Amino acid sequence: MAGAVSDDEHFRYVLRHADDNLVIAQRYGEWISRGPELEEDIALANIGLDHLGQARSLLTHAGELEGAGRTEDDLAMFRTEREFENLTLVEQPNGDFAATVARGFLFDTYQLGLWEALSSSADPTLAGIARKAHKEARYHHRHSTRWVIRLGDGTEESRRRMQAGLDRLWPLTAEMFTSDHVDQAMVERGIGVDPSSLHLEWSQAVEDVIDEATLEIPTEPASQTGGRSGRHSEHLGHLVAEMQWLQRSMPGLRW
Amino acid sequence: MVTAIDAWAQMVKSEPTVEDAWRALEGVVDPEIPVLTIGDLGILRDVRLFGTRLNVDITPTYSGCPAMETIRSDIGQALADAGFEEVTVRTVLDEAWTTDWISERGRRRLHEYGIAPPSLTSTSKPVRCPQCAADHVRVVSEFGSTACKALMVCEVCREPFDHFKVL
Repeated sequence: MAGAVSDDEHFRYVLRHADDNLVIAQRYGEWISRGPELEEDIALANIGLDHLGQARSLLTHAGELEGAGRTEDDLAMFRTEREFENLTLVEQPNGDFAATVARGFLFDTYQLGLWEALSSSADPTLAGIARKAHKEARYHHRHSTRWVIRLGDGTEESRRRMQAGLDRLWPLTAEMFTSDHVDQAMVERGIGVDPSSLHLEWSQAVEDVIDEATLEIPTEPASQTGGRSGRHSEHLGHLVAEMQWLQRSMPGLRW
Repeated sequence: MVTAIDAWAQMVKSEPTVEDAWRALEGVVDPEIPVLTIGDLGILRDVRLFGTRLNVDITPTYSGCPAMETIRSDIGQALADAGFEEVTVRTVLDEAWTTDWISERGRRRLHEYGIAPPSLTSTSKPVRCPQCAADHVRVVSEFGSTACKALMVCEVCREPFDHFKVL
């Protein structure tokens, strides 16, 4: 029985990181044809595509770990909102371009540390995915960082919007560094990383960029959690509905 | 008259070898950059024959590269044409692809095609315009027409061009 329990934790650990990527990929997809300029439209689509690719690898791996025959499609399309364990941050609506940049920046900085740590995971498949994703995350991070600085140290209007984006999302960042029994079990087995161990480096990196952008570090305490246990903001249900409706209406449809 | 030994030689000859597989795979190109074979691109990692079954390992350039599906089916087709009946194409993620695996020939062909090739990760040579060879160039966007390319413009001849990003 103990074996089954720890395998479930392994499954959930891989799944929650898959969900982060799947959900943010869906959000980036919403930008297609709505970007502020052609190059950004393409950039956001490409970043979304990277996250989608990472999600697919992780979902496939999660399905194998679960051993119940579920494929990446089954896991993406036939779970309910409460079964998603992504961070509350990634499901937040795109808002204006500055809000999307803020969300990407906070998340990309987190993923840089996460993928680096998971590159030496005792789970060789997870380590392989992490090493690949880490290279991609460097490009995402560079992109979002440049925009934070450009908008923050830009016009009065761009600065106001960039600050507003950071202020609104800041309370959701605590969740990235909060651990639960799944994380703890994975740390014990050398498969996962202790989320709190990523916090210091993240804070320094984020604060350096905020300084350079002449912005203010948000003052509202970061406290909100729940995504990792399936308790989401009201936004995820709508996202999942749009993502899944075709497969829910016509299960197994391929084209 | 066909002797038994002729028939045997014929049979042996018709059994495709692993070298035949490599030759057939020389004809498989990246659908988005058709001047690069998958060998030149460095995504063809291994080819092994187990009896009559051929295993081909490939690795994606980027996790979400949409060309992978086409490449997989092109590999299957090329190997079927070369006489292989059982082919398994596996996607391996470890070790992660790097642009360092693009061959010398691949780099030359990219340049001739108008795409600035990536420098080696260990060096950081300046990007040169593939049209006029000037190194006075500017990044327009880190994310170009495909995941693996950035969009740049030459400040000397003013031509926009793609740069194969260093990864």
